[in-house]
Amino acid sequence: MSLLVQVFRQPDEIRRLQAHEWDLLVRQARHANLLGRLHHRLLAAGLAADIPQRPANHLLSGAVMAGQQHHSIRREVRFLRETLAPAGIPLILLKGAAYVAAGLPAAEGRLFADVDILVPREQLGDAESALMMTGWQSTALDAYDQRYYRRWMHELPAMQHIFRGTALDVHHTILPPTARLKPDPRLLVEASVEIPGLPGVRTLALPDLILHSATHLFHEGEPDNLLRDLTDLDALLRHLGTTPGNWDVLTARARQLGLEGPLRLALRYTCRVLGTPVPAGLDCLGAGGPGQRMLDAIYSRVLRPQHPSTADILSPLARKSLYIRAHWLRMPPHLLAYHLAHKALFPPAALTKPLSDDKSHEKPGAKKAA
Amino acid sequence: MRIRDLSPSDFRAQLGGDGIRLATGPFNCRLQSGIGEIADELARLYAHHTLVDSSAFTDFHIAVQPGHGLRRWLRPQALFSVDSVEPFTPLPRAQALPMLEWGLNWCVTAYSQHILVLHAAAVARGNRAAILPAPPGSGKSTLCAALVNRGWRLLSDELTLISLETGQVMGLARPVNLKNASIDIIRAYAPDAFLTRPVHDTTKGTVALMAPTAASVEAVDAPATPTWMILPRYRAGTDATLTPMGSGNAFLQIADNAMNYHILGAQGFEAVGRMVDSCQSYGFEYSRLDDAIAVFDRLAAEAESAAR
Repeated sequence: MSLLVQVFRQPDEIRRLQAHEWDLLVRQARHANLLGRLHHRLLAAGLAADIPQRPANHLLSGAVMAGQQHHSIRREVRFLRETLAPAGIPLILLKGAAYVAAGLPAAEGRLFADVDILVPREQLGDAESALMMTGWQSTALDAYDQRYYRRWMHELPAMQHIFRGTALDVHHTILPPTARLKPDPRLLVEASVEIPGLPGVRTLALPDLILHSATHLFHEGEPDNLLRDLTDLDALLRHLGTTPGNWDVLTARARQLGLEGPLRLALRYTCRVLGTPVPAGLDCLGAGGPGQRMLDAIYSRVLRPQHPSTADILSPLARKSLYIRAHWLRMPPHLLAYHLAHKALFPPAALTKPLSDDKSHEKPGAKKAA
Repeated sequence: MRIRDLSPSDFRAQLGGDGIRLATGPFNCRLQSGIGEIADELARLYAHHTLVDSSAFTDFHIAVQPGHGLRRWLRPQALFSVDSVEPFTPLPRAQALPMLEWGLNWCVTAYSQHILVLHAAAVARGNRAAILPAPPGSGKSTLCAALVNRGWRLLSDELTLISLETGQVMGLARPVNLKNASIDIIRAYAPDAFLTRPVHDTTKGTVALMAPTAASVEAVDAPATPTWMILPRYRAGTDATLTPMGSGNAFLQIADNAMNYHILGAQGFEAVGRMVDSCQSYGFEYSRLDDAIAVFDRLAAEAESAAR
């Protein structure tokens, strides 16, 4: 088990760490985008005094960065409401933006690159126009990527605000229409809830937030953020568990939406990796068949901080398999063959940028069709 | 033990192997490079810095390595990475040494939201710091290099670090980045200072790095109080002139040159306000370095006698 995961499970382990182990912990946390969350976790466990100065600086730095992002997300939410409300379009927040706006424990220390919203399919065109009128534009993508998103995906090509630089993903459902699982987005919209104190701002209901998080993690998660996403699920499930009866609601909802598969995997790996408390019988920890053993082999490797210190000889293969699996679940074989062939012939440009000392801060890069 | 205590061959072997671990002010850095030709100059730039034990906590794990595959031979490249992440596009191999410095600046800026980081030079007399924020081309580094060779202590040439708890400046005492005409000016002005060979055709033109003085590096851990905020501007032919600056303007100058003012939010506002309160702020035009230094020395002497 990686040091980072060990400390997440058992925060008071840090009392025994030597300087070089702190070094490794900070590096793993940075690679997993979990510095800020680790900071909150250790403080919540009353361990502030047990963190030596140098690592404390890095953890605090991550938490400050997350705090600034939350601040700007709350501001963007106000702008989005002002844009969408006059057009009669509900503002339904997904993922990180939902956690932050609703003040859920899953927001703590979370870093993220964009705001995700859900718009009813029939209002998608109106929403895109309204957003463009207030300064959001489709990020520069080639014709193939535009077509890929608009024909096959569950979201518009990523948008970015021309002045504020914030990135926005506009979803009309939570899985590509080409995917094998087809949860009905109308059910998600109907069950969405208004955030107390924020009129006109809604999020998916808690069980749906969990199911979306699980679906995202096991369908399209980028390896570098999978552990971060799993800690989201951990926080969401712990929050759910504080109300008795909620577990039944969650499993019934998964059945209704046809998302039992992703939920099963979510429960299995939060329990296995992070020790999330789940009622007996729901933990999905059974050995399973060869398919499950294959998934275990993959996920046991990608649900680590993606840092060289945790990699083994099969890690590159696990990352590759995950990519193939994600596409396999999202597209029928003929589309998959066509898409992968296109990506092989025209690989996306590298995401590095020229070194310069000006003060331009990093903006989330244009998102390519993955 | 300091870098100067290592033999050139030991330095080279460690740089090419597990890395040179050194302390630069509040940060411990591990530097690795398979680009052997930078070793000697790097050793002289950091000659006075302390070596850090390999079991200590390291803030930045940095490497500048040759390109992969054919790029080792065909238009050779230098690749910068921090803990195996490559945040930048590669540069020509001849720019490996400046790339290491710029990359290290990037690390400090990207990973330090627990302090206020200003894009500014800072020098000190005793425990009083003069902070020189200024856009590129204003002569900030030239003035900073000149001051450091005339008895001022180098805190930092590029990034000034302000503690959010104490409001004090924390020094880095890393090499000074000289550009274009200022390279020959400083060579002539301070013949004893060590400057690297000029590297041509970088995004900033021709650059050379100047080693900080031994006294600066040996005193790097002594924090200094922000005492003067001086916005320098080189203008050919002018006399050295200080123009007092109102506190509102001074606040904006500092905030505008802060790398993470917008990230720190209210804490950033407090920190900048505290700086303005503790500083005398001036605009400063100069053309001759000796005159400029006389002005700085006079400020230091006045502060000294006022304190007595």
